[in-house]
Amino acid sequence: MIAQATGIPKDALDNTIVSVRDLEVQFQTTDRRATVKAVDGVSFDVRRGETFGIIGESGSGKTTIGRALVFLLKPSAGAILHDGIDPLALPRKGFQNHRRDYQIIFQDPNAALNPRMTILASVLEPLELARAGTRAERLARAREAMDRVGLPQETGERYPHQLSGGQKQRVVIARALTLRPKLIVCDEVVAALDMSIRGDVLNLFAELQRDLGLTYVFITHDLAVVSHISERVAVMYLGRFVELGPTDKVSERPLHPYTQALMSAEPRPLPSSMRDDHRIVLQGEIPSPIDPPSGCRFRTRCQYAQALCAARAPDWRELMPDHWVACHFADRPNFSPN
Amino acid sequence: MQTAEPAQRRSDAAAAGGSSALMSVRGLGIRFKTSHGIWQATRKIDFDIAPGERVGIVGESGCGKTITGLSIARLLPNNFAGLDGSILFDGVDLATCSVREMRAIRGRRIAMIFQEPMSALDPVFTVGHQIAETLRVHTGIAKEEARAKTLDMLRRVGIASPERRIDDYPHQLSGGMRQRVMIAAALICGPQLLIADEPTTALDVTVQAQILQLLRDLSATSNTALMLITHDLGVVAETCTRMITMYAGEVIEDAAVDDALVRPLHPYTSGLLRSLPHLSPRGGKLPSIPGRVPSILDMPNGCRFKARCPHAVAGCEAEQELCDAGGGRKVRCWRFRELELPGALQHLGSAPIAAMVSRP
Repeated sequence: MIAQATGIPKDALDNTIVSVRDLEVQFQTTDRRATVKAVDGVSFDVRRGETFGIIGESGSGKTTIGRALVFLLKPSAGAILHDGIDPLALPRKGFQNHRRDYQIIFQDPNAALNPRMTILASVLEPLELARAGTRAERLARAREAMDRVGLPQETGERYPHQLSGGQKQRVVIARALTLRPKLIVCDEVVAALDMSIRGDVLNLFAELQRDLGLTYVFITHDLAVVSHISERVAVMYLGRFVELGPTDKVSERPLHPYTQALMSAEPRPLPSSMRDDHRIVLQGEIPSPIDPPSGCRFRTRCQYAQALCAARAPDWRELMPDHWVACHFADRPNFSPN
Repeated sequence: MQTAEPAQRRSDAAAAGGSSALMSVRGLGIRFKTSHGIWQATRKIDFDIAPGERVGIVGESGCGKTITGLSIARLLPNNFAGLDGSILFDGVDLATCSVREMRAIRGRRIAMIFQEPMSALDPVFTVGHQIAETLRVHTGIAKEEARAKTLDMLRRVGIASPERRIDDYPHQLSGGMRQRVMIAAALICGPQLLIADEPTTALDVTVQAQILQLLRDLSATSNTALMLITHDLGVVAETCTRMITMYAGEVIEDAAVDDALVRPLHPYTSGLLRSLPHLSPRGGKLPSIPGRVPSILDMPNGCRFKARCPHAVAGCEAEQELCDAGGGRKVRCWRFRELELPGALQHLGSAPIAAMVSRP
C-alpha cells in the first residue's frame, strides 16, 4: 500500500482541518464490466489556513479527490475527516449543515451560473437554501460578499452573459463565500481565464485567505499557478500521490522522476540563454486507470525503472522533513535529471 | 495612414532581406456582417514570414489571432463581409486569388492544424485514409504509393507501430496521438507554411512537450515555416524564434522572441510578461493589467490599449502606426523610445519556476 495510515499526532489535530486516510474512489465503466480506481489509496492532511495544491495531468484523479473532499462523491473506501469528525456519520440534517463550511468552485463559471438568474439571485441562493436569517439579513450578506470580491453592486441586477469571464468567476467566489466557509476546494479556477486577468483572480484568492482565514485546496494542471499560490503541493499520477512537500522544495528539488519530468516539460517564457534545453521528454501517455501498471504506476514511462518497480509498489516515505515521495530510488545519489 | 505606407513597406523589405519572405501580409483586415452591422475584427496587420522561420502569434482571446490564421488559409466563416490588404504568398496574393487557385494552395502549400484534433478528424474514416486523401487529392498518386507515404509520415511524427495504427479510427487514439495524426496529414504534401492554432492547448503538459519538440524538429528538417498561434508565452519561447503580439485586432509588437521577453517595447507585452505567475515572486501580489479589452463595437480612436496603459499620455489618441524600432523590431507605440519597460527577467531570483532553471 502506498498510503501508510500513520495516525494523527495529538498536537497536530488543532492544526488540521481535513485529514484523508487511504481514500479510494471507484467508478464502474458504463458496461459495468470494469472498475476504474480514480483515486486509489491517498492519505494527506490539510492544515488550517494553508493553500494545499494538487497538480496532475488529466485522468490523474485530482478532480475526483476535490469532489470527494466536499462529499460530492462518496469514498469507496478510506476516511475523510473534517475537523476531526466524519461528516458521513452525522444525521442527514447535520450533514447538510456541516457541508456548508466546505465549499467548492469549478473551472467554468458559465456552467456554474444559471443564465436565467440575475447575479444577485445567484449569490443569494445558498443563503435561501440555508434559510439563513431574515430576507434583509440575507441581502446584506450577499451584498457584503459581492463587495468582498470587488463586484460593484449594480452587477447584481445583471445576467451572467453581460459579464466578462473574470467577473463571472468573482460571482462564483462571492457565492461560495456567503455561507462563510472554512475551506474552499478550487478546481482549475483560473484555467478558463485570460492571462492578464488571471493575476487579479489569484490576488483575490490570496487576499480573501488573509482576511477571512480560509483554507484552500487548489487543484490545477498549471505548475506556475500552483507554485505561486500554495504552501504545499501534492503531485498526483494515476490515482495516487507520488510526491508531497513544501512547494519550493518540490519545484526546486523534485524527488520523484514524474515530478522532475513535469517540471522539465513546463514551457518557460524565458530567453533561450536562460532556458535549460536538457529536458526530460516522457514517452507515451498516462496509462488507462482501468488496468494500471503493477507496482509503481509510473514505471512504464520512467527512465529509471527497474525490475523492482514492477514487482512492488514503492512505500510512501518522508525522505526529508515534510517532504514525502513514493519511489524506490528517490534517495539514491545521482538520481536527478541533470 | 495611406501616406505612411510606402515608406513602411521599404523598411519592411529591408528588414526581411528584400524579397526573401515566403509570405508578406500587408494591411490585412477582416470584416464581418452581424445583426448589429459590419464589425471590423482585425485591421492593419503587417508581418512577414521567411522560409523555414518559426513565428509565434500571441494574444488573449478575442485579439484576432485565430481569424488572422483563418484569413491566410481563406477559411472564412459565412458572415464574412470583406478582406482588406494583401497576403503575398510566394508571389500569389491570397486575399484576391480565385477559389480554384486557393484550393490548389491550401492543404498542399499551406496547411493548418487546430486545437481540438477530434473535431478536425472524421470519425467514420480510418486515420490512414484521411492522411492519404490529402495526398491523393493534391498529387493524384496511386493508392498503394499514398499508403506507403502515409506509413512513412506516421513514423516521422512519432507514432509507434504505424502499420497497426494506420487502420485505426480516430476514437481509438489518445489525444496526443490524434494531434500527431493531424500533423502528419498537414505535412504529408510537404507544405511551405504550417499554421498551427493552439495545437497543444488541449493536451497535458508532458504530451505538449512531445508535440512542440515534434513541430520544431519537423519544421527544421523539412524547412516548413511555422506560424504558431497561442496564448501561451512559454510555448512561444520554447518553439519560435520570432513573436508577434496582437491586441484588439492589431499587431502591436513584432520582435525576436528573446528581445521581446527581455526588453518588450509595448506596454501591453510588458504587462503580459509581468502578469505571468512563473516570473513573479512566490506569494507576492501578481501584477495585472487593469480593465478589459475594448469591445469590437466601441473601439477607441488611436491606441487601443491606452485606457489600460500606465504610460498613456496626451498624444495616444493619435492613430498609432507599427513603427520600425531598429534591429528588425516593430512596435505600435509612439512612446517606445522613451519607455523603459520591464520584461521577463525582473524577479528571476525569487520566481518559483524560473528559479529551477537558473540553477547552475
